[in-house]
Parts: sequence; structure tokens; C-alpha cells
Amino acid sequence: MRVSELASKESRVNRPSDDAPQYVITAENLTKRYGDVTAVDGISFRVPAGEAFGLLGPNGAGKSTTMKMIGGVSQRTSGSLSIMGLDPEQHGPEVRAHLGVVPQQDNLDEELKVRDNLLVYGRYFGLPMSYLKPKADELLEFAQLTDKARSKVDALSGGMKRRLTIARSLINEPRILLLDEPTTGLDPQARHILWDRLFRLKEQGVTLILTTHYMDEAEQLCDRLIVVDKGKIMAEGSPASLIRDYSTREVLELRFGSERNASVGAELEGIGERLETLPDRVLIYAHDGEAALEQVTARGLRPVTSLVRRSSLEDVFLRLTGRSLVD
Amino acid sequence: MTRATTTTVTAPVLRAHSPEVSAARARRWGAFYYAEQVLRVMKGYGWTIVMYGVGQPVAYLFAMGVGLATLVQANGAGAFGGVSYLTFIAPALLISSAVMTAANEFTFPVLDGFKWRRVYYGPHASPLTPEQIAGGHIIAVTLRFLLQSAIYFGVVALFGAAPGAWGWVSIFIATLAGLSFGLPLMAYAATIKEDRGQFAMVMRFIVMPLFLFSGTFFPLDTLPLGVRWIGWISPIWHGTELGRVVSYGYEEEPWLTIVHVLFLLALAVAGWVLSKRQFAKRMAS
Repeated sequence: MRVSELASKESRVNRPSDDAPQYVITAENLTKRYGDVTAVDGISFRVPAGEAFGLLGPNGAGKSTTMKMIGGVSQRTSGSLSIMGLDPEQHGPEVRAHLGVVPQQDNLDEELKVRDNLLVYGRYFGLPMSYLKPKADELLEFAQLTDKARSKVDALSGGMKRRLTIARSLINEPRILLLDEPTTGLDPQARHILWDRLFRLKEQGVTLILTTHYMDEAEQLCDRLIVVDKGKIMAEGSPASLIRDYSTREVLELRFGSERNASVGAELEGIGERLETLPDRVLIYAHDGEAALEQVTARGLRPVTSLVRRSSLEDVFLRLTGRSLVD
Repeated sequence: MTRATTTTVTAPVLRAHSPEVSAARARRWGAFYYAEQVLRVMKGYGWTIVMYGVGQPVAYLFAMGVGLATLVQANGAGAFGGVSYLTFIAPALLISSAVMTAANEFTFPVLDGFKWRRVYYGPHASPLTPEQIAGGHIIAVTLRFLLQSAIYFGVVALFGAAPGAWGWVSIFIATLAGLSFGLPLMAYAATIKEDRGQFAMVMRFIVMPLFLFSGTFFPLDTLPLGVRWIGWISPIWHGTELGRVVSYGYEEEPWLTIVHVLFLLALAVAGWVLSKRQFAKRMAS
């Protein structure tokens, strides 16, 4: 009820159309300080129901802290925050009852068997065993862990543990799923399996909130994202619109060897729209990468390697902050 | 007469109850939900608990109460209030056993929850509160104390070392003593950020002296005043004296009996309050 009240109030202010979205999360000037360190510095965003919303940024940007505040386990220093119309500081258990949480570090109970981890977790929501037993089996199937049901958690690979953590977060059928760095530390195959599972949840209308420092993950999964750096929002939009707004269509990557990368900059002046010199390579932002490469060779420059690729969120981040996402 | 019956078979729809119901249940029963988890983990080492519960008293009662007793009693049983040495030390061993279990159950698992495997942070993301997680841990360990002490008392009774009709009350006294030692320790364990062997120090420099100088193997007043205070601040001594009162009718001033109970309760309650506060503080950051 409070959600609809909130949504209707906001629709009057911001969205005059009839199909105004219902915001499941609203943050205004959200701030978190630890002593002198400001981890989250006055960020504001809204997430409508059913959206896959990402927080993209390097390690230490304040993503996890934001997630903890949304998850109702960390108190904000100032600002306002509402989850399903409720303030997580006043209604912690009620807010957390709406959520599924996949933390950055797995915290499964390694002394319990795989299936028991799901049962025990469901009990925290007061769910009865008559519901939990079939639900646990269903989720093990979803997480492709049925044949591991009676194994100890110890025996699982990293990717399996991650999938079990996701299965565990779904035991209460949450409408909002918080995923903090869901695929960090997984091999490419395990990541793709995980992404596939997350897509399915999205199709079922579950609101996904995820943090990541992987641009490909953000591009694959997010409808909309905020780029966060040093606790502040640098940009907001869909992956495609961010790339459109902050980068060119293509990028030409050139390597001249670590000695020459820095000095060659002057000779490349005027090619493409923008030039970025990194220690290991030079990036030329251009709408037509091949044409830019022709210009480079026409000037008599011979890079050791050259590569033309589409712009990515990595380029957006580099443009916004002057730094790479993954150091 | 025949009657046509129509049965409609519908597949049961698996639906979780609403978040509101989850939150209301968790607010009310959360500590018990977490206790359930701890008990499931304990079930994994259930045999150890039972064997510890049986093996330890058998070994101790036999070594001390039967072996050592033959020497001790050669000097006359007067020093032990007119009961056999075995009867004298049995309550002390029962209480000490609970306290030693407390020194394990309220230390390593707490650091495991916060630091090593971070198991507390799973339920922390659920509707449970940090206070309930602390409470659940305490409930589960209390049940372990009760079970272990009941087994211990059974063995004591088999040795014929609990002659009084109220001896079984010492099961609850042991549980209370375990909590009064364990809960302040739990509050301390919850403050530890780096494991630098603090728990080994607790065992060596707190638990062992308390075990030896709490009127366990000889009456406290046979010790010089310089070390007698160890007994006065020791949950083992207060528990043991109470245990002796109920198990063989040891005579002491009634006010002293009340002091024993109040001392144990005060430590347990203080430890409980501090633990809950520390859990909430540590998890909210």
C-alpha cells in the first residue's frame, strides 16, 4: 500500500503519464561516512519495479556500502532511503523480508549440506518445512545443483557456491534481488551460467540490483546503471546511452611498446575525436576505427599491434574519471 | 445407492508467505530460528558432544574420585563435610565441565561467525536482527549445556556420588554457571578483529586457574587468602558451592547461597546484554 502511495506521489511530481513506474527503491542524497572517510557521498537514484539496475565502479567506489544500506544492514549517515516504501533503519526486518541478498563474499554454512543451507535460510523467514522442502529442490534444480544436494558445501567449486548463494537468496521468493559483485572470481564459463540464471529471474519480473566492476557484466545484465566513483555518481543511463553520450562508436587501440606509447601522442594529434594515452597502449576514439588506422599508417607510424573495437563502458569510465575500472 | 464423486486434482502451488508475515514471524521467533541453525551444525558433531558428556565424567570421576580419593580419604573425610571425596568433587567436576564447554562454544564459533567463515552475515541479511543472532547462539548452547550436564549428572549418579534428592538441580546450576562464564566471554569474543591466540590465553590463564582454585579439589578455605579471591570471583566456585548444597546437603549460610545465585545471574545477564550490544554494533558498521 505504501509503495503505491509513494509511486502515485512521485508520478504527480515527476511522471505525468498514466503508466508511471512504481519505484521499489528511492535514495535521496544517500551518504555514509566512516570517521573521516566518506564512502558514499550524497547519491540519489530511483529504481522502478522489474528493472535490472547496476552500480558500476572500481573497487572502493562505495558500491558495496550502498548495497548494505539498501539491504538494511548498514546505517546511513544522512540522506533518505526507502525500500518498498519503508525506511530500512526503522523497518529492518520488514525491508529485509522483501529482499534476496547475494553478498560479495559467500557466507554459506560450510558445515551444513548444500540442501540444508537452503532449508535453514528459509527458516529465518519463518517459512514452514512443508514449503521449504519442495522449494529447496526447485531452487537446486534452478541452480543446477540437484546432484550436489547432499554434498557438503566444502566440496563445491567457486561457481557452484555462487549459484548456491543465489539459490539461497531466492528461498523467500523475493521481488528484489541484491547482487554484490556476483561473478567476481569466477571463470568465464561459470559467469555465463550465472548470467543465464539472472536473465531468467529478470524475465520473471524480479528487480535486480547489482554492483560490478566488470563492464561486460554491466552491459549484459543492466537496463540502466549508475557509474560510481569515490562515492559519487558520475553518470546515469542505459549502457547504450552512456556509450553514446560519453564515447564514440569505435575505438582504435594501438601499442607502440611501453617506451614509445607516451611520446607518440603528439604525432597522432588530430586523428579521431579524442586521444587517450595509457601506459600500455594508446586509444583513439573515432566513429570509424579502420579509417583512423589508415590515417595512422599514412603518417608513417607503425604500431606493434592495432585493434579496432566497439566502445564499451570501460571507455565511458575512462572518459569520466581518467582511470581504468580494473587496476 | 451410488454416489458420483468428482475429484479435481490440482498441483499444489508453491508460494512463500508474504514478506509481512516473514517479518512478523522473524520479529517474534527470530532467535529460535537462528538457534535451529546452530543446533543443526551441532548435530554434525553430536557424537562428540555425547562422548564428551559421558567420557569426561567417567575419566575424571574414576581418576580423582576413585584413585586420588583413596589417598585423600586416608587423611580422614572430615575436611569434606563428612561425605566421600567422590561426592565432594562430583558437583565441582560437573560445573567445571559446563564452564569448559562454554569456553569453547562462546569463543571460536563467534569468531567464525564474524570473521573466518562469516556465517553470521548470512542471517544478518535476512529479517533476523543481530541481537536475535546472538540470542539464537545462546539458546542453542544453553541446550547443549543442559544435555551435557544431564548426561554428566547421570554418570555421577551411577557412581553413587549424588546422594541427595535434589541433586538433579545441579544440571541447571551447571547450565547457569556455563552461561555466567560464557556470556561475558562471548561479548569479548565479539570484539575481536584479529585472532592472535586470545582464546588459548583465556584457556590457559583464566579457565585453568579458575578450575584449579575454585574449591574444586579441596575446600576454598584451605587456600591462603592471597589466592582465595580467585574462587570468590569464579563462576566455578559459586556454581560448585551451589551444586554441593543441592547434591549432598552441604551446609552453608543461607545468605551465601543467595549470593551464589545472584553472582551467577548477574554475570550471565551482564554478558547477555553486552553480547547483544556488541553484535548489533559490529554488524551495523
